[in-house]
Amino acid sequence: MALQVALDAIAKVYRMGDIEVHALREVSLEIQNGEFVAVMGTSGSGKSTLMNIIGCLDRPSSGRYLLNGHDVSELGRNQLAEVRNQQIGFVFQSFNLLRRTSALENVELPLLYGGVRGKDRVRRAREALARVGLGDRMDHHPNQMSGGQQQRVAVARAVVGNPSVLVADEPTGNLDSRTSLEIMALFQELGRTGITVLIVTHEPDIAAYAERVIQMKDGRVTSDARGTPRSAQTDLEHELQVGSTAGAA
Amino acid sequence: MSPLQTTRIATLALLRNKLRSFLTTLGIVIGVGAVIAMVAIGEGAKAMVEQSFASMGSNLIIVTSGSTSRGGAFGGSGSMPSLTWDDLRAIQNELSAVRYAAAQLRSNAQIVSEDENWSTQVIGSAPEYLQIRDWGVARGAAFTQSDIDGGSKVVLLGQTVSDKLYGADADPIGQTVRIRNAPFLVVGLLDRKGQSPMGQDYDDMVIVPHTTFAAKIQGGLHQFIAGVIYVTANERDGTARAQAQIRELLRDRHRIEIGADDDFGLRDMTEMAAASAQGTETLTTLLASVAAVSLLVGGIGIMNIMLVSVTERTREIGLRMAIGAKPRDILAQFLVEALALSVAGGLLGIALGLFAARRMADSFGWPLLLRTDVVMIAVAFSALVGIGFGLYPARKASLLDPIDALRYE
Repeated sequence: MALQVALDAIAKVYRMGDIEVHALREVSLEIQNGEFVAVMGTSGSGKSTLMNIIGCLDRPSSGRYLLNGHDVSELGRNQLAEVRNQQIGFVFQSFNLLRRTSALENVELPLLYGGVRGKDRVRRAREALARVGLGDRMDHHPNQMSGGQQQRVAVARAVVGNPSVLVADEPTGNLDSRTSLEIMALFQELGRTGITVLIVTHEPDIAAYAERVIQMKDGRVTSDARGTPRSAQTDLEHELQVGSTAGAA
Repeated sequence: MSPLQTTRIATLALLRNKLRSFLTTLGIVIGVGAVIAMVAIGEGAKAMVEQSFASMGSNLIIVTSGSTSRGGAFGGSGSMPSLTWDDLRAIQNELSAVRYAAAQLRSNAQIVSEDENWSTQVIGSAPEYLQIRDWGVARGAAFTQSDIDGGSKVVLLGQTVSDKLYGADADPIGQTVRIRNAPFLVVGLLDRKGQSPMGQDYDDMVIVPHTTFAAKIQGGLHQFIAGVIYVTANERDGTARAQAQIRELLRDRHRIEIGADDDFGLRDMTEMAAASAQGTETLTTLLASVAAVSLLVGGIGIMNIMLVSVTERTREIGLRMAIGAKPRDILAQFLVEALALSVAGGLLGIALGLFAARRMADSFGWPLLLRTDVVMIAVAFSALVGIGFGLYPARKASLLDPIDALRYE
């Protein structure tokens, strides 16, 4: 398997007044192509900073970051924007959809910045929405959709540009448990198509669906374990059965 | 990203907030509308002034007699008669730049019809006088040279005089009026001419042959003209050339030595009209600059709303950056938004300005004059306002850090 993400002694130091905050201390990490990784840790553990650096939103203070074999640790703002547009997909806790804008137009947005033209853009956006199961709600605005549906639109927006890495920051933080399962099932399905999925979460239940769980504390990786993930789809079906039985009783 | 896509993104963003977008443009709408309406008002006023000067007669020069000077105290213009009937004939016949010339003698007199009477101004002149004043005859006909030669007691009535003596819309032709107890036959009714630039009623007067005037109304000096000479310059040569010719001729005829003062006066109505036009031009400029200030205020309104918009949409900006918008894409988007607001405001302002100008032109009875250059400048200026005042908020947006922006609450 090819190396998707290779971090070599990445450190990130923020200055807050006179105090230096070490958000990341010499983190080295390798993620293979198509891996499904969960990053866990308490707030302040550095997991968000790690995610921002892997997502090319931020640059490390020192160390080297190879994305698909290319060093992106020294790139400028414009080049990083291009890398994010072409190779990274983001999913946020609060969805971050443009309000008063249809699902289709929300999903078109990354393609618009990528310079994909007219018909091609609309076709790809429709495909992405169909892929997350919202083929029938393309013209709906965010305020006409449930939280789960909104997050699906966000996932469609993240994958419409065929990124190699999908970065999700607490993607189920604003969702109830069943909708969370739906979203995790969606991620697992995407993972099977070869996209590398990186989820930041503090919920062990959610991390259980990842093949690999990385624990962080005080800017360092404290554990890095691979295991057999639970199937979100199976859990979802189980939950549906329990729900219907309870309803019948 | 292509300009078309930037425009699309900006337009979508503006349409998401229709009411706010409209209110933001309102400043520009009013500014541009005010500039256009004010300039139209100024131009209308100017046209009115020009029209009233034109009704005095175009290319008009007035030659007056000299003034008396006794012990250092000067009398007024024309207080010492110096223009002779021979001077008039010489001006008529010898000067290439002169088209028409006629004497104008003037006196106030009571004019009496069978039932009514009216005090008015009596002008003694020749048929050319009507050409000089560009004045037509509404009913009847003007008197002729033979009336001048024979000293006929005929009179042309101004509309006001006719209205006073015979009532509005009456036909006075063939009636007899008495002026200073002498009976005059009404042969013509003059066209209505309106007011002079100073507000005097041109139609409150009558015209009689100048020979009759000298014999019956004002005991005349035989050799001198007890009044002024009205001259129309040729279109081709203009008033300046005609004035120079008249001055040279009269100085020569009056044997005035080089260096000595003229014993006559020359007044050029074209110059007066130009000076008056200058006055209204100044007024137009003043009105337009006051209106331009409101454009500036409109621009500040746009900046204000754009700044609010950038702050309010910080998360949106962060999201756009996260999914691949470059700083220059964000800059372009907000600039285009500001530009679209101001240009849309400019276009609405033109519509408003035209509407206001039309309403005012209608209510003042002025001609509706629109200057395309002003319309273009107003639009260009509003676009400039959009870019100028949009630049700072747009730059502020483009410099945001995507992580901070995404975390912004």
